[in-house]
Amino acid sequence: MTEILQVVFDALSLGSLYALGALGIALIFGVMRLVNFAHGDTMAFCVFAMLWPSVDAAAIVFAGNLPAWLLIPFILAVGAGLSVLSEIIVFRRFRNTNPATMMIASFALGFVIRYFLLMLYSSRPKSIDLWSNLGLPVEILGARIPLLQVITIVTAIAILIALTFFLKRTRFGLEMRAAAENFTMARMLGVRANRVIMLAFALSGMLAAAVALILVTQTGTADIQMGGNIMLIAFIATVIGGLGSLPGAVFAGFLIGAIATVMQVVLPPEARPFRDAFVYAAVIATLIWRPNGIFMPKSAKQRV
Amino acid sequence: MTLLSVNDITVRYGRLTALRGASLTLNEGEILFVTGPNGAGKSTLMKAIAGVVKPVGGSIAFRGETISGRSPEDIARMGFSMVPEGREVFGSLTIEENLRLGIGMRADRDQAARDLEMVYSIFPVLLSRRHQHAGALSGGQQQMLVIGRALMAGPKLIAIDEPSLGLAPKVIDDVYQTLVKLRDTIGLTLLIVEQSATRAKLTGGRMILMRSGEVALEGDARELASSDALKQAYFGYGEHGK
Ligand SMILES: Nc1ncnc2c1ncn2[C@@H]1O[C@H](COP(=O)(O)OP(=O)(O)O)[C@@H](O)[C@H]1O
Ligand SMILES: [Mg+2]
Repeated sequence: MTEILQVVFDALSLGSLYALGALGIALIFGVMRLVNFAHGDTMAFCVFAMLWPSVDAAAIVFAGNLPAWLLIPFILAVGAGLSVLSEIIVFRRFRNTNPATMMIASFALGFVIRYFLLMLYSSRPKSIDLWSNLGLPVEILGARIPLLQVITIVTAIAILIALTFFLKRTRFGLEMRAAAENFTMARMLGVRANRVIMLAFALSGMLAAAVALILVTQTGTADIQMGGNIMLIAFIATVIGGLGSLPGAVFAGFLIGAIATVMQVVLPPEARPFRDAFVYAAVIATLIWRPNGIFMPKSAKQRV
Repeated sequence: MTLLSVNDITVRYGRLTALRGASLTLNEGEILFVTGPNGAGKSTLMKAIAGVVKPVGGSIAFRGETISGRSPEDIARMGFSMVPEGREVFGSLTIEENLRLGIGMRADRDQAARDLEMVYSIFPVLLSRRHQHAGALSGGQQQMLVIGRALMAGPKLIAIDEPSLGLAPKVIDDVYQTLVKLRDTIGLTLLIVEQSATRAKLTGGRMILMRSGEVALEGDARELASSDALKQAYFGYGEHGK
């Protein structure tokens, strides 16, 4: 029983990360038909924003020393700022080009961000001790669950609720949903294209920052590659969920988290090192079954 | 007073020239029908006014200001409300959300609330289904919704591209009755695209006939619709012949 509970918490906390990552990609895809491959590098940038630039092996923690109530808004602002800047400097010029061109632009931007970090901080992973007391276990229904897992899950749920409220109940949210479905028609009703797109980038950047904070607390390291793996899985989740569908992205994020965790448990020990191969096989099977994703949004029919 | 003037505009899609020097003027409180065969450039003309396609030549003025080159949202915010062809409802939004989208640019929230009531009283079916997704509506109901949504913006000028397409004759009559009533009561100016001249003949107003990207004929809707010149313009040049 307690083992099952442990697996459930593992699956939910891993799924939370994937879901938040996927949501950051789906939000931008919704309004711009852009798959932003720089999203993972935005996460890494947020982590390094806590450190003072230096190529030494030891991290010089700078902003990371702020108390949590200042550090969290600061990192969220860094994510939002970098993401909005990417829009203004890069993606705006590619608005009406085809999706492949935009995707390549996002790859290029990702490399620029990564090499910028490499220049300032070197490629060596550095250890950072952020909120390490969160690794201590708490007892839930007899199972000992790391506090960080509980916080991760609660944070993800809070973000999902807040975002749903924003999208469903506010004027901006309404405009964003309309723009995601039919951008030109929304503009003909007076919806300001630039504002909606910048807002989508800001939200996406904040989601990247949230993932970055959770990742760095979990791993205790800052690594310029750290966004890469989660970006890949988040991208896969948005495809499985149905590109452009926000509920689909969240659902698929949790689904992949669950599949990966369960496989870790049920696979025979000698097969475990190849777990990811099984996860990706499940991904391929899902896509054969549903080539347009599990939840295909209405807009995808005409626009993708 | 002139509300809209389109002066000699040219629009190209790649190598195809869809409009070659098209012009029109529209006075406040007037109904202007734009007719012509399929492919004549009627929809392109509407899109050029709305700022969705950019003319490569000529100019467009609305309420005394040049609007060619401005963004669709800026033009909409000046009081130009567009109902494009194919009824672009937001299927994943509810009916009321579709209607509320139009209000975004208005400062007069009290008037906007009254307009919402007006739209619901014109189209009661929208009121009874207002929390349903717009995608679930029938074609005729969607047409009511997009017209209602265009009205919610509190426009000076409303442009509708083929309102009759795919609607039952009874529903078309209702839609036109509503439009004419709005012209008479709130002084709405109407720019209506129809492929055939039949509606223009019934409704009255002014009419232009487009052919191959040009304005071929212009005149009183009733007179022009019954004239031989119109038949010739439709059939006489060996074009699409529809
Ligand atoms: N997006 C587009 N890309 C290329 N050609 C187009 C596009 N839209 C319309 N056209 C062409 O422009 C011409 C005028 O089309 P349109 O304005 O839709 O005519 P109408 O509304 O009178 O039927 C047609 O030859 C049509 O094929
Ligand atoms: Mg047309």
